[in-house]
Amino acid sequence: MVVYPVLELVRASLGRYSITGLHRGWVGPRNYGRLLEQEALSTVVGNTVTWVVMVVAITIVISLGLAQLLNESFPGRRLVRWALIVPWAASLIMTSKLFVWLYDYYFGLVNRALSAAGLVARPVDWLGDDATVMGAMIAVGVFVSLPFTTYVLLAGLQTIPGEVYEAARVDGASGWRAYRSITLPLLKPALLVAAVLNLIYVFNSFPIVWTLNDRNPGFAHDTMITYMYKIAFKSALRDVGVAAALGVVNVGVILLAVIAYLRVARWREEPV
Amino acid sequence: MAGGAGLIRRAVLAFAGLLLAAALLAPYGAMLLTALKPEAELRITPPRLLPVTWRPQNFWTVLCDPEFQSWLRVSLVVAVASTALVIVAAVPAAYHTARHRFPGRGAFLFLVLVSQMFAPTALVVGLYREFFELGLINTYAALVLVNAAFNLAFAIWILRAFFASIPREIEEAAEVDGCGHAGALLRIILPVALPGIVTATIFAFIAAWNEYIVALTLMTDAGMRPLTVGITSYVTAYVQHWDLLFAASVIAIVPVVVLFALIEPYLVGGLTAGGVK
Repeated sequence: MVVYPVLELVRASLGRYSITGLHRGWVGPRNYGRLLEQEALSTVVGNTVTWVVMVVAITIVISLGLAQLLNESFPGRRLVRWALIVPWAASLIMTSKLFVWLYDYYFGLVNRALSAAGLVARPVDWLGDDATVMGAMIAVGVFVSLPFTTYVLLAGLQTIPGEVYEAARVDGASGWRAYRSITLPLLKPALLVAAVLNLIYVFNSFPIVWTLNDRNPGFAHDTMITYMYKIAFKSALRDVGVAAALGVVNVGVILLAVIAYLRVARWREEPV
Repeated sequence: MAGGAGLIRRAVLAFAGLLLAAALLAPYGAMLLTALKPEAELRITPPRLLPVTWRPQNFWTVLCDPEFQSWLRVSLVVAVASTALVIVAAVPAAYHTARHRFPGRGAFLFLVLVSQMFAPTALVVGLYREFFELGLINTYAALVLVNAAFNLAFAIWILRAFFASIPREIEEAAEVDGCGHAGALLRIILPVALPGIVTATIFAFIAAWNEYIVALTLMTDAGMRPLTVGITSYVTAYVQHWDLLFAASVIAIVPVVVLFALIEPYLVGGLTAGGVK
Protein backbone atom coordinates (compact mmCIF):
# COMPACT_ATOMS: atom_id res chain seq x y z
CA MET A 1 0.00 0.00 0.00
CA VAL A 2 2.88 2.37 0.63
CA VAL A 3 5.21 1.04 -2.02
CA TYR A 4 2.68 0.81 -4.82
CA PRO A 5 1.94 4.57 -5.07
CA VAL A 6 5.68 5.12 -5.47
CA LEU A 7 5.70 2.80 -8.47
CA GLU A 8 2.58 4.48 -9.81
CA LEU A 9 4.28 7.85 -9.31
CA VAL A 10 7.36 6.80 -11.26
CA ARG A 11 5.17 5.34 -14.00
CA ALA A 12 3.12 8.54 -14.18
CA SER A 13 6.28 10.64 -14.38
CA LEU A 14 7.22 8.83 -17.57
CA GLY A 15 3.82 9.14 -19.22
CA ARG A 16 1.86 11.75 -21.10
CA TYR A 17 -1.56 12.70 -19.78
CA SER A 18 -4.53 14.60 -21.11
CA ILE A 19 -5.95 17.42 -19.03
CA THR A 20 -8.59 15.04 -17.66
CA GLY A 21 -5.93 12.57 -16.55
CA LEU A 22 -6.16 9.93 -19.26
CA HIS A 23 -2.96 8.13 -20.09
CA ARG A 24 -1.81 9.03 -23.60
CA GLY A 25 1.32 6.98 -24.08
CA TRP A 26 4.92 7.22 -22.96
CA VAL A 27 7.31 10.12 -23.16
CA GLY A 28 10.28 8.82 -21.22
CA PRO A 29 12.22 11.39 -19.23
CA ARG A 30 10.69 14.38 -21.03
CA ASN A 31 8.49 15.31 -18.07
CA TYR A 32 11.63 15.85 -16.02
CA GLY A 33 12.95 18.17 -18.72
CA ARG A 34 9.71 20.12 -18.70
CA LEU A 35 9.85 20.32 -14.92
CA LEU A 36 13.29 21.93 -15.16
CA GLU A 37 11.94 24.43 -17.70
CA GLN A 38 9.32 25.72 -15.26
CA GLU A 39 10.21 29.30 -14.36
CA ALA A 40 8.87 28.98 -10.83
CA LEU A 41 11.08 25.99 -10.00
CA SER A 42 14.06 27.89 -8.57
CA THR A 43 11.79 30.10 -6.42
CA VAL A 44 9.95 27.03 -5.19
CA VAL A 45 13.15 25.19 -4.29
CA GLY A 46 14.43 28.29 -2.48
CA ASN A 47 11.15 28.60 -0.57
CA THR A 48 11.34 24.94 0.42
CA VAL A 49 14.84 25.34 1.82
CA THR A 50 13.87 28.50 3.75
CA TRP A 51 10.69 26.90 5.05
CA VAL A 52 12.30 23.65 6.22
CA VAL A 53 15.49 25.14 7.66
CA MET A 54 13.80 28.01 9.49
CA VAL A 55 10.94 25.96 10.93
CA VAL A 56 13.20 23.13 12.10
CA ALA A 57 15.91 25.42 13.54
CA ILE A 58 13.53 27.74 15.42
CA THR A 59 11.44 24.82 16.65
CA ILE A 60 14.45 23.04 18.08
CA VAL A 61 15.83 26.11 19.86
CA ILE A 62 12.47 26.90 21.49
CA SER A 63 11.79 23.23 22.27
CA LEU A 64 15.11 22.94 24.11
CA GLY A 65 13.89 25.60 26.51
CA LEU A 66 10.42 24.09 26.83
CA ALA A 67 11.78 20.58 27.46
CA GLN A 68 14.09 21.96 30.14
CA LEU A 69 11.15 23.68 31.81
CA LEU A 70 8.94 20.59 31.68
CA ASN A 71 11.76 18.45 33.08
CA GLU A 72 11.56 20.43 36.35
CA SER A 73 8.79 19.80 38.84
CA PHE A 74 6.54 22.76 39.64
CA PRO A 75 2.89 23.26 40.45
CA GLY A 76 0.75 23.15 37.32
CA ARG A 77 3.16 21.08 35.22
CA ARG A 78 0.34 18.70 34.34
CA LEU A 79 -1.64 21.66 32.95
CA VAL A 80 1.27 22.81 30.78
CA ARG A 81 1.70 19.32 29.34
CA TRP A 82 -2.01 19.29 28.52
CA ALA A 83 -1.75 22.68 26.82
CA LEU A 84 1.20 21.41 24.80
CA ILE A 85 -0.93 18.59 23.44
CA VAL A 86 -3.55 20.85 21.88
CA PRO A 87 -1.66 22.13 18.80
CA TRP A 88 -0.42 18.57 18.23
CA ALA A 89 -3.82 16.88 18.39
CA ALA A 90 -5.80 19.55 16.54
CA SER A 91 -6.24 19.06 12.82
CA LEU A 92 -3.59 21.01 10.90
CA ILE A 93 -6.07 22.35 8.42
CA MET A 94 -8.24 23.76 11.21
CA THR A 95 -5.24 25.35 12.91
CA SER A 96 -4.18 26.83 9.55
CA LYS A 97 -7.64 28.30 8.94
CA LEU A 98 -7.55 29.71 12.46
CA PHE A 99 -4.31 31.52 11.70
CA VAL A 100 -5.67 32.88 8.41
CA TRP A 101 -8.35 34.54 10.53
CA LEU A 102 -5.94 35.74 13.23
CA TYR A 103 -3.60 37.22 10.60
CA ASP A 104 -6.46 39.02 8.82
CA TYR A 105 -5.65 42.59 7.76
CA TYR A 106 -8.85 44.22 9.04
CA PHE A 107 -10.33 41.81 11.57
CA GLY A 108 -7.35 39.80 12.79
CA LEU A 109 -6.28 39.81 16.42
CA VAL A 110 -2.57 39.69 15.52
CA ASN A 111 -2.63 43.23 14.15
CA ARG A 112 -4.86 44.32 17.02
CA ALA A 113 -2.49 42.94 19.65
CA LEU A 114 0.63 44.31 17.95
CA SER A 115 -0.77 47.81 17.53
CA ALA A 116 -2.08 47.79 21.11
CA ALA A 117 1.44 46.92 22.22
CA GLY A 118 2.78 49.71 20.00
CA LEU A 119 4.84 47.29 17.91
CA VAL A 120 3.34 48.24 14.54
CA ALA A 121 2.21 51.72 13.51
CA ARG A 122 -0.37 50.50 11.01
CA PRO A 123 -1.88 47.06 10.30
CA VAL A 124 0.24 44.63 8.30
CA ASP A 125 -1.29 42.49 5.55
CA TRP A 126 0.56 39.41 6.84
CA LEU A 127 -0.67 36.95 4.22
CA GLY A 128 -0.93 39.36 1.29
CA ASP A 129 2.42 41.14 1.47
CA ASP A 130 5.24 39.26 -0.25
CA ALA A 131 7.63 40.34 2.48
CA THR A 132 5.68 38.77 5.34
CA VAL A 133 3.93 35.66 3.96
CA MET A 134 6.85 33.30 4.48
CA GLY A 135 7.52 34.60 7.99
CA ALA A 136 3.85 34.24 8.89
CA MET A 137 3.81 30.66 7.59
CA ILE A 138 7.04 29.79 9.42
CA ALA A 139 5.55 31.06 12.70
CA VAL A 140 2.61 28.68 12.31
CA GLY A 141 4.93 25.86 11.26
CA VAL A 142 6.95 26.34 14.44
CA PHE A 143 3.81 26.56 16.58
CA VAL A 144 2.53 23.17 15.44
CA SER A 145 5.97 21.48 15.51
CA LEU A 146 6.79 22.49 19.09
CA PRO A 147 4.80 19.80 20.92
CA PHE A 148 6.31 16.75 19.22
CA THR A 149 9.84 18.18 19.35
CA THR A 150 9.52 19.13 23.01
CA TYR A 151 8.32 15.64 23.88
CA VAL A 152 11.23 13.99 22.07
CA LEU A 153 13.76 16.26 23.79
CA LEU A 154 12.01 15.73 27.14
CA ALA A 155 12.33 11.96 26.66
CA GLY A 156 16.03 12.55 25.96
CA LEU A 157 16.48 14.71 29.07
CA GLN A 158 14.87 12.07 31.25
CA THR A 159 17.50 9.53 30.26
CA ILE A 160 20.27 11.72 31.76
CA PRO A 161 20.89 10.45 35.30
CA GLY A 162 20.86 13.03 38.09
CA GLU A 163 24.22 11.83 39.42
CA VAL A 164 25.95 13.37 36.42
CA TYR A 165 24.88 16.81 37.65
CA GLU A 166 25.89 15.99 41.21
CA ALA A 167 29.37 15.14 39.97
CA ALA A 168 29.50 18.33 37.93
CA ARG A 169 28.52 20.42 40.95
CA VAL A 170 31.27 18.83 43.00
CA ASP A 171 33.66 19.77 40.20
CA GLY A 172 32.37 23.36 40.32
CA ALA A 173 30.35 23.39 37.09
CA SER A 174 26.82 24.67 37.34
CA GLY A 175 24.23 26.67 35.46
CA TRP A 176 25.00 27.45 31.84
CA ARG A 177 28.35 25.69 31.94
CA ALA A 178 26.85 22.46 33.20
CA TYR A 179 24.14 22.76 30.54
CA ARG A 180 26.64 23.27 27.73
CA SER A 181 29.20 20.70 28.74
CA ILE A 182 26.87 18.00 30.11
CA THR A 183 23.27 18.34 29.03
CA LEU A 184 23.79 19.22 25.37
CA PRO A 185 26.32 16.45 24.60
CA LEU A 186 24.18 13.84 26.37
CA LEU A 187 21.11 15.15 24.58
CA LYS A 188 22.72 14.81 21.17
CA PRO A 189 21.02 11.56 20.14
CA ALA A 190 17.58 12.95 20.98
CA LEU A 191 18.43 16.23 19.24
CA LEU A 192 19.47 14.44 16.06
CA VAL A 193 16.35 12.30 16.04
CA ALA A 194 14.14 15.35 16.64
CA ALA A 195 15.93 17.30 13.90
CA VAL A 196 15.67 14.65 11.21
CA LEU A 197 12.09 13.63 11.99
CA ASN A 198 11.08 17.30 11.93
CA LEU A 199 12.93 17.74 8.67
CA ILE A 200 10.78 15.00 7.17
CA TYR A 201 7.51 16.25 8.69
CA VAL A 202 8.09 19.90 7.79
CA PHE A 203 9.16 19.08 4.24
CA ASN A 204 6.01 17.00 3.86
CA SER A 205 3.80 19.65 5.41
CA PHE A 206 0.93 20.66 3.17
CA PRO A 207 -2.00 22.33 4.98
CA ILE A 208 -0.15 25.37 6.39
CA VAL A 209 1.43 26.56 3.15
CA TRP A 210 -1.66 25.55 1.18
CA THR A 211 -4.05 27.50 3.41
CA LEU A 212 -2.06 30.58 4.40
CA ASN A 213 -0.83 31.17 0.86
CA ASP A 214 -4.26 30.57 -0.65
CA ARG A 215 -4.93 34.19 -1.61
CA ASN A 216 -1.74 34.72 -3.55
CA PRO A 217 -1.69 33.93 -7.25
CA GLY A 218 1.24 32.14 -8.88
CA PHE A 219 3.87 30.09 -7.10
CA ALA A 220 5.90 32.82 -5.34
CA HIS A 221 5.47 31.28 -1.88
CA ASP A 222 4.94 27.61 -2.65
CA THR A 223 7.08 24.74 -1.44
CA MET A 224 7.90 21.69 -3.56
CA ILE A 225 4.93 19.86 -2.03
CA THR A 226 2.25 22.49 -2.68
CA TYR A 227 3.78 23.27 -6.07
CA MET A 228 3.49 19.62 -7.06
CA TYR A 229 -0.13 19.63 -5.97
CA LYS A 230 -0.90 22.77 -7.94
CA ILE A 231 0.74 21.40 -11.10
CA ALA A 232 -1.28 18.22 -10.84
CA PHE A 233 -4.69 19.49 -9.85
CA LYS A 234 -4.99 23.28 -9.90
CA SER A 235 -2.78 25.26 -12.26
CA ALA A 236 -3.27 26.06 -15.93
CA LEU A 237 -0.63 23.41 -16.60
CA ARG A 238 -2.69 20.58 -15.02
CA ASP A 239 -0.08 18.09 -16.02
CA VAL A 240 0.00 14.82 -14.11
CA GLY A 241 3.24 13.80 -15.81
CA VAL A 242 5.21 16.88 -14.73
CA ALA A 243 3.66 16.78 -11.24
CA ALA A 244 4.64 13.13 -10.93
CA ALA A 245 8.19 13.99 -11.97
CA LEU A 246 8.34 16.52 -9.13
CA GLY A 247 6.73 13.90 -6.89
CA VAL A 248 9.57 11.50 -7.65
CA VAL A 249 12.07 14.23 -6.76
CA ASN A 250 10.20 14.85 -3.48
CA VAL A 251 10.24 11.16 -2.64
CA GLY A 252 13.98 11.19 -3.34
CA VAL A 253 14.47 14.08 -0.90
CA ILE A 254 12.52 12.23 1.80
CA LEU A 255 14.47 9.03 1.15
CA LEU A 256 17.72 10.93 1.74
CA ALA A 257 16.29 12.28 5.01
CA VAL A 258 15.16 8.79 6.02
CA ILE A 259 18.64 7.41 5.39
CA ALA A 260 20.00 10.26 7.51
CA TYR A 261 17.51 9.33 10.23
CA LEU A 262 18.53 5.70 10.20
CA ARG A 263 22.14 6.76 10.55
CA VAL A 264 21.60 9.16 13.45
CA ALA A 265 19.21 6.77 15.17
CA ARG A 266 21.76 3.98 14.57
CA TRP A 267 18.89 1.75 13.62
CA ARG A 268 19.51 -1.88 14.08
CA GLU A 269 17.36 -4.86 14.72
CA GLU A 270 16.93 -5.07 18.46
CA PRO A 271 17.35 -8.47 20.07
CA VAL A 272 14.10 -10.12 21.13
CA MET B 1 20.10 25.22 50.03
CA ALA B 2 17.54 27.28 51.96
CA GLY B 3 13.87 26.37 51.56
CA GLY B 4 13.09 29.96 50.55
CA ALA B 5 15.25 29.83 47.43
CA GLY B 6 13.61 26.56 46.39
CA LEU B 7 10.19 28.10 46.84
CA ILE B 8 11.06 31.13 44.69
CA ARG B 9 12.46 28.83 42.03
CA ARG B 10 9.25 26.80 41.97
CA ALA B 11 7.17 29.97 41.78
CA VAL B 12 9.22 31.29 38.84
CA LEU B 13 8.92 27.93 37.06
CA ALA B 14 5.19 27.81 37.68
CA PHE B 15 4.84 31.33 36.27
CA ALA B 16 6.86 30.42 33.17
CA GLY B 17 4.71 27.32 32.76
CA LEU B 18 1.56 29.38 33.03
CA LEU B 19 2.81 31.81 30.36
CA LEU B 20 3.69 28.91 28.08
CA ALA B 21 0.28 27.27 28.53
CA ALA B 22 -1.40 30.60 27.81
CA ALA B 23 0.65 31.10 24.64
CA LEU B 24 -0.20 27.61 23.39
CA LEU B 25 -3.88 27.88 24.16
CA ALA B 26 -4.42 31.53 23.13
CA PRO B 27 -5.09 30.84 19.43
CA TYR B 28 -7.58 28.10 20.29
CA GLY B 29 -9.18 30.38 22.87
CA ALA B 30 -9.65 32.96 20.10
CA MET B 31 -11.14 30.17 17.97
CA LEU B 32 -13.71 29.34 20.65
CA LEU B 33 -14.57 33.01 21.23
CA THR B 34 -15.01 33.63 17.50
CA ALA B 35 -17.29 30.59 17.33
CA LEU B 36 -19.45 32.24 20.00
CA LYS B 37 -19.91 35.53 18.12
CA PRO B 38 -22.92 36.51 16.02
CA GLU B 39 -21.95 36.86 12.39
CA ALA B 40 -22.28 40.66 12.34
CA GLU B 41 -19.66 40.97 15.05
CA LEU B 42 -16.99 39.30 12.91
CA ARG B 43 -16.72 42.45 10.84
CA ILE B 44 -16.05 45.17 13.34
CA THR B 45 -12.84 47.16 13.49
CA PRO B 46 -10.86 47.22 15.59
CA PRO B 47 -11.63 43.56 16.28
CA ARG B 48 -12.68 42.53 19.79
CA LEU B 49 -11.50 39.41 21.55
CA LEU B 50 -14.73 38.83 23.47
CA PRO B 51 -18.16 38.71 21.85
CA VAL B 52 -20.52 41.60 22.68
CA THR B 53 -23.46 39.24 22.43
CA TRP B 54 -22.69 35.61 23.18
CA ARG B 55 -24.14 33.26 20.63
CA PRO B 56 -23.73 29.59 21.56
CA GLN B 57 -26.49 28.82 19.04
CA ASN B 58 -23.72 28.74 16.40
CA PHE B 59 -22.92 25.26 17.68
CA TRP B 60 -26.54 24.20 17.15
CA THR B 61 -26.55 25.70 13.66
CA VAL B 62 -23.50 23.61 12.80
CA LEU B 63 -24.78 20.41 14.41
CA CYS B 64 -28.12 20.74 12.60
CA ASP B 65 -26.51 21.53 9.25
CA PRO B 66 -27.12 18.47 7.02
CA GLU B 67 -23.81 19.10 5.26
CA PHE B 68 -21.94 19.07 8.56
CA GLN B 69 -23.70 15.83 9.46
CA SER B 70 -22.58 14.34 6.17
CA TRP B 71 -18.92 15.37 6.74
CA LEU B 72 -19.10 14.00 10.26
CA ARG B 73 -20.48 10.70 8.98
CA VAL B 74 -17.70 10.35 6.40
CA SER B 75 -15.04 11.22 9.00
CA LEU B 76 -16.43 8.72 11.47
CA VAL B 77 -16.78 5.90 8.92
CA VAL B 78 -13.27 6.44 7.59
CA ALA B 79 -11.63 6.83 11.00
CA VAL B 80 -13.40 3.84 12.59
CA ALA B 81 -12.96 1.50 9.62
CA SER B 82 -9.32 2.36 9.00
CA THR B 83 -8.52 2.07 12.71
CA ALA B 84 -10.19 -1.35 12.89
CA LEU B 85 -8.18 -2.45 9.87
CA VAL B 86 -4.95 -1.17 11.44
CA ILE B 87 -5.51 -3.00 14.72
CA VAL B 88 -6.56 -6.27 13.07
CA ALA B 89 -3.41 -6.24 10.95
CA ALA B 90 -1.00 -4.76 13.48
CA VAL B 91 -1.66 -6.97 16.52
CA PRO B 92 -0.63 -10.28 14.89
CA ALA B 93 2.21 -8.62 12.96
CA ALA B 94 3.58 -7.00 16.09
CA TYR B 95 3.20 -10.14 18.17
CA HIS B 96 4.86 -12.29 15.57
CA THR B 97 7.87 -9.97 15.10
CA ALA B 98 8.24 -9.53 18.86
CA ARG B 99 8.23 -13.28 19.58
CA HIS B 100 9.77 -14.98 16.59
CA ARG B 101 12.83 -14.64 14.47
CA PHE B 102 12.12 -15.37 10.86
CA PRO B 103 13.95 -14.75 7.62
CA GLY B 104 13.29 -11.23 6.46
CA ARG B 105 12.27 -10.00 9.91
CA GLY B 106 14.88 -7.24 9.82
CA ALA B 107 13.84 -6.20 6.34
CA PHE B 108 10.19 -6.24 7.39
CA LEU B 109 10.77 -3.99 10.40
CA PHE B 110 12.95 -1.74 8.28
CA LEU B 111 10.20 -1.31 5.70
CA VAL B 112 7.68 -0.58 8.44
CA LEU B 113 9.96 2.07 9.91
CA VAL B 114 10.56 3.72 6.55
CA SER B 115 6.89 3.73 5.66
CA GLN B 116 6.15 5.56 8.91
CA MET B 117 8.18 8.47 7.61
CA PHE B 118 6.39 8.64 4.29
CA ALA B 119 3.43 10.83 4.87
CA PRO B 120 1.01 10.37 1.97
CA THR B 121 1.66 13.99 0.95
CA ALA B 122 4.60 13.37 -1.35
CA LEU B 123 2.86 10.38 -2.87
CA VAL B 124 -0.49 12.02 -3.43
CA VAL B 125 -0.15 12.16 -7.22
CA GLY B 126 0.73 8.47 -7.27
CA LEU B 127 -2.15 7.67 -4.93
CA TYR B 128 -4.52 9.59 -7.17
CA ARG B 129 -3.35 7.62 -10.21
CA GLU B 130 -3.68 4.35 -8.31
CA PHE B 131 -7.26 4.95 -7.19
CA PHE B 132 -8.22 6.55 -10.49
CA GLU B 133 -7.26 3.37 -12.32
CA LEU B 134 -8.97 1.21 -9.71
CA GLY B 135 -12.11 3.33 -10.10
CA LEU B 136 -12.17 4.06 -6.36
CA ILE B 137 -12.21 7.87 -6.43
CA ASN B 138 -15.01 9.12 -4.12
CA THR B 139 -15.37 5.83 -2.26
CA TYR B 140 -14.98 5.07 1.44
CA ALA B 141 -12.67 2.22 0.46
CA ALA B 142 -10.07 4.63 -0.94
CA LEU B 143 -9.74 6.74 2.21
CA VAL B 144 -10.00 3.76 4.54
CA LEU B 145 -7.20 1.92 2.71
CA VAL B 146 -4.85 4.90 2.53
CA ASN B 147 -5.32 5.84 6.17
CA ALA B 148 -4.93 2.26 7.32
CA ALA B 149 -1.77 1.80 5.27
CA PHE B 150 -0.07 4.92 6.57
CA ASN B 151 -1.01 4.39 10.22
CA LEU B 152 -0.10 0.71 10.28
CA ALA B 153 3.60 1.38 10.80
CA PHE B 154 3.20 3.31 14.02
CA ALA B 155 0.77 0.71 15.35
CA ILE B 156 3.16 -2.16 14.66
CA TRP B 157 6.09 -0.39 16.30
CA ILE B 158 4.29 0.58 19.47
CA LEU B 159 2.60 -2.82 19.86
CA ARG B 160 5.83 -4.65 19.25
CA ALA B 161 7.44 -2.74 22.10
CA PHE B 162 4.57 -3.77 24.40
CA PHE B 163 4.66 -7.43 23.38
CA ALA B 164 8.42 -7.57 23.66
CA SER B 165 8.25 -6.20 27.21
CA ILE B 166 6.08 -9.11 28.36
CA PRO B 167 8.36 -11.88 29.64
CA ARG B 168 8.01 -15.05 27.64
CA GLU B 169 7.94 -17.03 30.90
CA ILE B 170 4.50 -15.65 31.78
CA GLU B 171 3.17 -17.01 28.53
CA GLU B 172 4.86 -20.37 29.03
CA ALA B 173 3.61 -20.62 32.61
CA ALA B 174 0.06 -20.03 31.42
CA GLU B 175 0.45 -22.75 28.80
CA VAL B 176 1.78 -25.19 31.40
CA ASP B 177 -1.18 -24.38 33.61
CA GLY B 178 -3.44 -25.66 30.85
CA CYS B 179 -4.35 -22.48 29.09
CA GLY B 180 -3.17 -23.66 25.72
CA HIS B 181 -1.39 -21.33 23.33
CA ALA B 182 -4.48 -19.50 22.17
CA GLY B 183 -5.76 -19.26 25.73
CA ALA B 184 -2.47 -17.79 26.93
CA LEU B 185 -2.63 -15.23 24.16
CA LEU B 186 -6.18 -14.22 24.91
CA ARG B 187 -6.11 -14.31 28.71
CA ILE B 188 -2.55 -13.28 29.52
CA ILE B 189 -0.87 -11.43 26.69
CA LEU B 190 -3.68 -9.29 25.32
CA PRO B 191 -4.69 -7.85 28.71
CA VAL B 192 -1.08 -6.95 29.52
CA ALA B 193 -0.64 -5.38 26.10
CA LEU B 194 -3.93 -3.49 26.41
CA PRO B 195 -2.38 -0.03 27.02
CA GLY B 196 -0.40 -0.50 23.81
CA ILE B 197 -3.49 -1.51 21.89
CA VAL B 198 -5.42 1.48 23.26
CA THR B 199 -2.55 3.80 22.30
CA ALA B 200 -2.33 2.41 18.78
CA THR B 201 -6.11 2.60 18.39
CA ILE B 202 -6.39 6.21 19.51
CA PHE B 203 -3.39 7.27 17.47
CA ALA B 204 -4.70 5.66 14.29
CA PHE B 205 -8.13 7.16 14.90
CA ILE B 206 -6.82 10.69 15.38
CA ALA B 207 -4.48 10.49 12.41
CA ALA B 208 -7.35 9.40 10.15
CA TRP B 209 -9.69 11.97 11.72
CA ASN B 210 -7.24 14.80 10.97
CA GLU B 211 -6.08 13.61 7.54
CA TYR B 212 -6.55 16.29 4.91
CA ILE B 213 -4.59 16.05 1.69
CA VAL B 214 -5.61 12.55 0.58
CA ALA B 215 -9.25 13.33 1.30
CA LEU B 216 -8.94 16.62 -0.59
CA THR B 217 -7.55 14.75 -3.58
CA LEU B 218 -9.57 11.53 -3.66
CA MET B 219 -12.95 12.80 -2.46
CA THR B 220 -14.00 15.26 -5.15
CA ASP B 221 -17.73 14.66 -4.64
CA ALA B 222 -19.23 17.11 -2.11
CA GLY B 223 -21.26 14.32 -0.47
CA MET B 224 -18.14 12.25 0.27
CA ARG B 225 -16.01 14.88 2.02
CA PRO B 226 -14.83 14.33 5.58
CA LEU B 227 -14.81 17.11 8.18
CA THR B 228 -11.32 18.40 7.45
CA VAL B 229 -12.16 19.09 3.81
CA GLY B 230 -15.84 19.90 4.32
CA ILE B 231 -15.51 22.66 6.90
CA THR B 232 -13.33 24.73 4.56
CA SER B 233 -16.47 25.35 2.49
CA TYR B 234 -17.79 27.59 5.31
CA VAL B 235 -15.20 30.15 4.20
CA THR B 236 -14.61 30.57 0.48
CA ALA B 237 -14.28 33.50 -1.89
CA TYR B 238 -18.08 33.81 -1.83
CA VAL B 239 -19.17 33.03 1.73
CA GLN B 240 -17.36 33.88 4.94
CA HIS B 241 -18.91 32.04 7.88
CA TRP B 242 -15.91 32.16 10.18
CA ASP B 243 -18.19 31.71 13.20
CA LEU B 244 -19.53 28.42 11.81
CA LEU B 245 -16.10 27.28 10.60
CA PHE B 246 -14.71 27.68 14.10
CA ALA B 247 -17.75 26.18 15.83
CA ALA B 248 -17.31 23.12 13.61
CA SER B 249 -13.55 23.10 14.31
CA VAL B 250 -14.09 23.21 18.06
CA ILE B 251 -16.51 20.28 17.76
CA ALA B 252 -13.90 18.34 15.78
CA ILE B 253 -10.90 19.25 17.95
CA VAL B 254 -12.12 18.84 21.54
CA PRO B 255 -12.72 15.06 21.50
CA VAL B 256 -9.37 14.28 19.88
CA VAL B 257 -7.48 16.46 22.34
CA VAL B 258 -9.02 14.50 25.21
CA LEU B 259 -8.20 11.17 23.54
CA PHE B 260 -4.70 12.36 22.78
CA ALA B 261 -4.10 13.30 26.40
CA LEU B 262 -4.90 9.70 27.38
CA ILE B 263 -2.16 8.20 25.23
CA GLU B 264 0.43 10.96 25.71
CA PRO B 265 2.71 8.90 27.99
CA TYR B 266 3.24 6.25 25.30
CA LEU B 267 3.49 8.40 22.20
CA VAL B 268 7.08 9.51 22.02
CA GLY B 269 8.51 6.00 22.24
CA GLY B 270 6.39 4.87 19.32
CA LEU B 271 7.01 7.89 17.11
CA THR B 272 10.76 7.79 17.46
CA ALA B 273 10.86 4.04 16.84
CA GLY B 274 14.37 2.75 16.41
CA GLY B 275 15.73 6.01 17.81
CA VAL B 276 16.11 7.21 21.39
CA LYS B 277 14.79 4.80 23.94
